[in-house]
Amino acid sequence: MTKPLLAKDPYNIIITGVGGQGNVMASRVLANMLVRTGCKATIGETFGMSQRGGSVMSHIRVSATTAWSPQIPKGRADLIVAIEPVEALRVLADYGNPAVKILVNMRPIYPVGVITGEAEYPAPEKIREAVTSLSALSCFFNATDEAVKLGNPVLGNIVMIGAVVGLGVLPVNREVFETVIREGMPASRVEANLHAFAIGMAAVTCAVNADG
Amino acid sequence: MSIDKQQGEGAEVLLMGNEAIARGALEAGVQVAAGYPGTPSSEIIETLSRYAEPGKLYVEWSANEKVAMEVAAAASFSGLRSLCVMKQNGVNVASDFLLHLVGSGTRGGMLLVSCDDPGALSSVNEGESRHFARLMEIPLLEPADFQEAKEMTLWAFTLSEEIRNIVMVRSVTRMSHASGNVVLGALPPSRGKAEFLCDGKVSDPERGPMISAPVVEKHRLQQEKIRKAATIFETSPFNAYAGPERPELLIITSSACRLYSNEAVSLLAAEGRVGILKLGTTWPIPPAYVKKHLMATEKVLIVEEVLPFLEEQVKILAAEQVREIGFKTFYGKNDGTLPMSGELNPDLVAAAIGRILGIAPPAIPAVYGEKLRMYAGLVPRREQTFCPGCPHRAAYWSIREALQRDGRNGFVCGDIGCYAMAVLFQAAGFHTAKTLHAMGSGIGLASGFGKLGSFGMDQPVLAVCGDSTFYHAAIPALINAVHQNANVIFLVLDNSGTAMTGFQSHPGLAVNAMGDAVPMVDIAAICGAMGVKVVSGDPFALRETRETLNQLMEEGGGVKVLILKQSCALSPEKKARKQYLMRVDEHLCRGDACGCNRLCTRIFRCPGLLWDREKGKAQIDEVICAGCGVCSGICPAEAIRCEEAPLS
Repeated sequence: MTKPLLAKDPYNIIITGVGGQGNVMASRVLANMLVRTGCKATIGETFGMSQRGGSVMSHIRVSATTAWSPQIPKGRADLIVAIEPVEALRVLADYGNPAVKILVNMRPIYPVGVITGEAEYPAPEKIREAVTSLSALSCFFNATDEAVKLGNPVLGNIVMIGAVVGLGVLPVNREVFETVIREGMPASRVEANLHAFAIGMAAVTCAVNADG
Repeated sequence: MSIDKQQGEGAEVLLMGNEAIARGALEAGVQVAAGYPGTPSSEIIETLSRYAEPGKLYVEWSANEKVAMEVAAAASFSGLRSLCVMKQNGVNVASDFLLHLVGSGTRGGMLLVSCDDPGALSSVNEGESRHFARLMEIPLLEPADFQEAKEMTLWAFTLSEEIRNIVMVRSVTRMSHASGNVVLGALPPSRGKAEFLCDGKVSDPERGPMISAPVVEKHRLQQEKIRKAATIFETSPFNAYAGPERPELLIITSSACRLYSNEAVSLLAAEGRVGILKLGTTWPIPPAYVKKHLMATEKVLIVEEVLPFLEEQVKILAAEQVREIGFKTFYGKNDGTLPMSGELNPDLVAAAIGRILGIAPPAIPAVYGEKLRMYAGLVPRREQTFCPGCPHRAAYWSIREALQRDGRNGFVCGDIGCYAMAVLFQAAGFHTAKTLHAMGSGIGLASGFGKLGSFGMDQPVLAVCGDSTFYHAAIPALINAVHQNANVIFLVLDNSGTAMTGFQSHPGLAVNAMGDAVPMVDIAAICGAMGVKVVSGDPFALRETRETLNQLMEEGGGVKVLILKQSCALSPEKKARKQYLMRVDEHLCRGDACGCNRLCTRIFRCPGLLWDREKGKAQIDEVICAGCGVCSGICPAEAIRCEEAPLS
């Protein structure tokens, strides 16, 4: 197999969200796609008690040659995929840099402190402003709304994977997504996943073009 | 995601560290595997269970880690290859048997796989199991990447058979739960049949009884074995050096810290100045091999998690060899170059190297840093809590109500499982649970608290325990509480599986790790046989649960057991299936004027219930709500309505 072309080696991706949003699943699907295209992928993640209603973050290191640390050094993310909007800001604070690209699902999941009234959840326009100011390229989606229309809000994670592929920064495409999904899922769920993927892919293409 | 059974030798696949360890065991022809679930170790037994086949591979979730090790040892004594798996504190549980097992030795290759959790990402301790290898005088191996996790596990069986003793493989969360590329090897044909040869003399390792006596003689033999292992380690391919011939700084490291060290050196562009000696055989360290590398440098940094385990061994070796290797400057945990608690990461290692060599790690551009500071206040904390639909939230709600009505400042002794969050996080458990220690310690402590009445203590003493924890370690403490007539209300929060670690089976279920039908051991019947009052209920029935608790508190006099049974909201039978469609009747919700002080959102705190600030009314988040219906029982205005959800 020829060595895959990467914009940077290692290329550092963070997928972030809240426990229950299918974050771990999304990182597995994306990393499996990368391995199939000849990359070395290292995923770092934590699950167990750490996922119960808390922030969940997966680090994916993509390289043509070797395994990298399962923890990305601070300030070194190349692409952030946020399935929840304030999680985008949380990750930017630790791993952001002027060159980072970021995809954000704008459906909030309110922390308990916000529900009780002890903490404030920032307004969507404030989140957009901060994310835009802290990144080189940003795209915003309503992935959960799209997924609800498909019958299952958790498919928001696959909408976001579609967007990652649509962004065109990784050596992966729709075909390899389909291969991975068909192998890893019951046949009854494949169509919904392909549909969610297509929605994300189309949405990011429009957004990036509109950006310039 | 699991190892694809269709993919065979030579295929390059993405595997979690735990899956790679399982694959290594399969490639070694492991025949018996036993463990107790515990993050970050659980996926090893789960993966193996998918390959179970009569006469080829037997896999079980044992009642606890000590039993798991005993089950695996029986297989080894009978000539089979076996493996026992646990998280770090599980080794403490198994250690009494282990102490005797290392004396008797083993026959078929036998491994102890321990997965530690530096930083306590999913633990209530930061225990380090590596010290058991030294304490018990058995060889220790630590994989430093995913391919190596597989190869090392495979080879460890050979080593165990060569020295006729158990070998320990230690992983950490960032290996076990990380994933990377692994090239698969071949799966062997079935190995031999089981027979326990035991008609020989005590001194016959082939056919004698398996015992640790005569103790001193067996101990001496064991030490011969460990010396043999050290000799084998001198030429092990799992130890490797990369860097300049005479490095200005030598890093000695193992496990995930090797990847952090590589990354740190790369961040600092210090490849020409720093060498990395990665050890895979970390007890005993191979003395001649390490000595050779110590001779090539003046400065040594030891990078490891969590305690200075390698550091102490290297320093002892350096002291013994000082005439030949000369004086060295050591950096590591003891001198504070690296922190001695919490997990490491590439940034901490880069900062340490930077301080030693006078290199500044790359910094964030100032303008960007300024922007980060500007937006820093926007991000609200996200505290962990019980899932929407979790039976534990309902159980603790009733406990809170009952304790408030009782008014004697009663408290709950917590235990290990999701329900431990009642102690750890304010958002869960309503400030009712006040102690949290080892598996089964809730009822053990309660047994003690429950005897303090004669010293004037009149606080009601409650203990909670999950179903899996009940079988693991609660039974002896419960027997003690009953026998000593301690004043305790013991709540078994039975959610029908080892929920926190991913629904592994336990003795209360009629199915085992391999999916076979097995006899179930009934919790109520066990408690009943101890002669105490046992009440069963549904935690979702809030009023009944509260009333039962108050009644039991009033009765006093010895141990009372309340079993609250309701499946976990994430269990396969419940997940993504709503029993009720919830809605808030805005005409009934009195909002801020209610006087309930927003019981629903300020006190009950289910993530599925929101407060609409504009309307000043409660609201259901339909994406989050699990449809359990419990919140309809807490609203004094009966504004939270539930109707049966249509079957999907």
